[in-house]
Amino acid sequence: MYMPKLIIAATVLALSSPVGAQMYGFGKPAADREITGWNIDVSPDGKGLPAGRGSVTQGKVVYDLTCAACHGAKGEGKPADRLVGGVGSLTTARRIRTVGSYWPYAPTIYDYINRAMPYNSPQSLTPDQVYAVTAYLLHLNGIIGADAVIDAEILSKVQMPNRAGFIADGRPDTSNARCRVDCK
Amino acid sequence: MAGAGSVQSPLQHLRGMITPNGLVFERSHAGIPHIDPAQHRLMVHGLVKRPKIFTMDDLKRFPSVSRMHFLECSGNGSREWSKPFGKSVQISHGLVSCCEWTGVLLSTVLEEVGIDPKGKWVLAEAADAAAMTRSVPIEKCFEDAMLVYGQNGEMLRPQQGYPLRLFLPGWEGNMSVKWLRRLKVGEEPFMTREETSKYTDMMPDGRARQFTFMMEAKSVITYPAPDHRLRERGFHEISGIAWSGRGRISRVDVSTDAGKTWHEARLQEPVLSRALVRFRFPWNWDGQEAVLQSRAVDESGYVQPMRTQLVAERGYASQYHNNSIQSWRVSNTGEITNVHA
Repeated sequence: MYMPKLIIAATVLALSSPVGAQMYGFGKPAADREITGWNIDVSPDGKGLPAGRGSVTQGKVVYDLTCAACHGAKGEGKPADRLVGGVGSLTTARRIRTVGSYWPYAPTIYDYINRAMPYNSPQSLTPDQVYAVTAYLLHLNGIIGADAVIDAEILSKVQMPNRAGFIADGRPDTSNARCRVDCK
Repeated sequence: MAGAGSVQSPLQHLRGMITPNGLVFERSHAGIPHIDPAQHRLMVHGLVKRPKIFTMDDLKRFPSVSRMHFLECSGNGSREWSKPFGKSVQISHGLVSCCEWTGVLLSTVLEEVGIDPKGKWVLAEAADAAAMTRSVPIEKCFEDAMLVYGQNGEMLRPQQGYPLRLFLPGWEGNMSVKWLRRLKVGEEPFMTREETSKYTDMMPDGRARQFTFMMEAKSVITYPAPDHRLRERGFHEISGIAWSGRGRISRVDVSTDAGKTWHEARLQEPVLSRALVRFRFPWNWDGQEAVLQSRAVDESGYVQPMRTQLVAERGYASQYHNNSIQSWRVSNTGEITNVHA
């Protein structure tokens, strides 16, 4: 006689329990084909790079047509970011931060162009076009040769000049005192 | 709005701790998208047991919370490193605001999908034209991160990420990704453009600090500021705002003699963690030149640094995270200018 009552009581308690780490059942399962459509990011090791390939030569064509108006004929910048040059400048008084001198991972170039460029019509380039323009930028920065062709495997192995240029957050790095009188 | 933009809060006109929604600072990387909330979806996938797609109705069904927090762009004050730049406190310090944020704790949604123990970083992706992405450590996701849809009692405005944004209390504003459409759990940071080529802090040796998330304690006097002019001698209430990403502000001191002598200001209650606090200090202006400064101390014991102390550590090229003590010079005719003192 008592057992069913106990079970009902326990069930009610579980349903009305306010404690955390609880599941509500909201949202629908994401199917693999749905995830594939959304999952556009590329990791620094190249994971997520799609099939396709592009050459420096093809990249110049894409660049001249879709990038040069904002980034300059040779990536010199203005009005948008400078993309070329500056290697070796980071330790000087006039630091020039570009794709070549500053960016630590080559696959990030693909990721960013693919998701955000060209500025007036992002995500309009084909994978081959993104590979090509990435290759052209790497070439303008002296990182790959004029006859290079890149794909997922080759781009993943490109070593960027500033790969070792980043360190962890060092803060708090100041220790001001709460001086009240006769300070400084 | 088309194109990237940055619009500061008019701190010189604000009186309390809350920033009204129409006056919250704005920063976007490729314009402000117009999103139909009925069509908007959030996908949560990657190293999770149950990848899911949520509608806005789904997200609003979860238990909700409302919390008061500041939001500050880490570029706030980026033009003040080498010489005084802003001729208004809106320009020099206006990339900070404080609101009541309403939404669901991110931890609630992550429990719903079930995190694989290997998952250590979460990629947050926006639905704007930049499809902006940042990586967030899993610890912050479970500590106090929110998925926000309400702001100061109404729905988010388009400029603030309508219909959904990530919100990371106390951390640099860029990480609180607006127009949020996707969260992907991974083992490593995703090294996106925004966390490598931008939002990294160049040090004097040519290397750059990365993942500088914390917004350290900071304060500024908002009256009187270069936007104002003292027209009479006598009583003036010095007033300003202070905040810290590490928690509560414990004290604010004010100097009227360029930092030689400091006096404790009154803090307006309630003093909330990772929120703006209004401070006030009564001052009798004698008509002579004065240099006004404020200095915040937070509950961790951290004291807002002098500009010279920051420069000694970081040089002039780090751009982000300038939380130094600000100086306003009052001339004997009552005009106020931005100075380095």
